[in-house]
Amino acid sequence: MDTTDEKAQRVRASMEALPHCKALGLEMTDIGGGQAVMRMPYNPSLVGDPATGVIAGGAVSALMDSCGGAAVMCHPKAVASTATLDLRIDYMRAATPGQAITTRAVCHHITRSVAFVRAEAFDDDASTPVAVANGAFTVEMQS
Amino acid sequence: MKRPEPIQIVKQRRDAALAALIEGVPYIQFMGIGFERRGDELTGILHFDDKLIGNMMLPALHGGATAAFLEVTATITLSWAMIWDDLERGDLQDLTPQTLPRLPKTIDFTVDYLRSGLPRDAYARARINRKGRRYASVHVEGWQDNRERLHAQATGHFLMPTRPTVGNG
Repeated sequence: MDTTDEKAQRVRASMEALPHCKALGLEMTDIGGGQAVMRMPYNPSLVGDPATGVIAGGAVSALMDSCGGAAVMCHPKAVASTATLDLRIDYMRAATPGQAITTRAVCHHITRSVAFVRAEAFDDDASTPVAVANGAFTVEMQS
Repeated sequence: MKRPEPIQIVKQRRDAALAALIEGVPYIQFMGIGFERRGDELTGILHFDDKLIGNMMLPALHGGATAAFLEVTATITLSWAMIWDDLERGDLQDLTPQTLPRLPKTIDFTVDYLRSGLPRDAYARARINRKGRRYASVHVEGWQDNRERLHAQATGHFLMPTRPTVGNG
C-alpha cells in the first residue's frame, strides 16, 4: 500500500476531520490503492448492551461505513467524493469489551458510477471477524 | 367486568418502562436518540448535533449515524414489543435498566440510503414483520421533513433473548 500517495493523504485528512468520525474516535491506520484500515478504540459511551459492555452495532456500522468510503475515495480510478448507496453488515460475534475494533475495507470493483466494497472488522482475536460488510457506493463525477 | 385503569396509571407505567429501556443504553445517549410513544407505537428521533455530520461540504449526516439510528429504532421497537404484554398484565414492576430483559441481538442489518441526510432532526419507525421465539425480522423507515420522502430504510434480522420458559417452552 502506498501511504505516501498524495490522494491517500488527502483522504486520510478529510476522513479524520469529519465530526462523526472524531466523535467515535476513529483513527486511520493505513490507506491507499483502494484499501483502508480504520480503528475504533473501546469507549464506554459506545456500549449498546449495558449487561455485557459490548459496543453497539451502530458504532460498528459507522466504522465500517467510514472505512468503506475511504477505500473508495483512495481507489486509483475514484474521484473526490462518494456516498453510500447500501451497506449490509453481518454481525458474527460480540466484540470483546475493552478491546478496539479494527476494520479493513477493500474497494474490489469500480465502474464510472458505482464502487463495490467488502469489509471485515476484528477485535484482538484476528482469527474470526466480529462483523463483515458488503456495500455499494456512488462514484461522484469530478467537476 | 374490571374497570379500566385510570389514564395516569397507564401512562406512568408505559413511560417509565420505555425510559428504563432507553436510559440503560450508553450509545443511545451518545447519539442523542429519543423516542415518542402513542399507545404501543414508537417513533425514534435523532436530535441533530454537529457531531453527527459525515460530509462537511453538503453538509450531510454521516451514513453510519443514519444506520445506527435505524438499528437503534429497530432494536428498541422489538424490545418494546417483547415486553409489552407482560407490562400491560402488570408482570413487570419497578423496571430499571438493571432489571429489564436482555436486548435482542442484531444478526444482520442492511441499510438502503435513498437521500442524503440533511443537517436536522431525523425520525424513524420500525415495523416488525415477524417475531418468533428465536428470530425476528424488522423493517425500519427513516425520514426528515416529509414522511413520504424517506432518507433511508433498513431491514434486519435479530436473535431474541432467551426468556424464562413457561411449561415446556
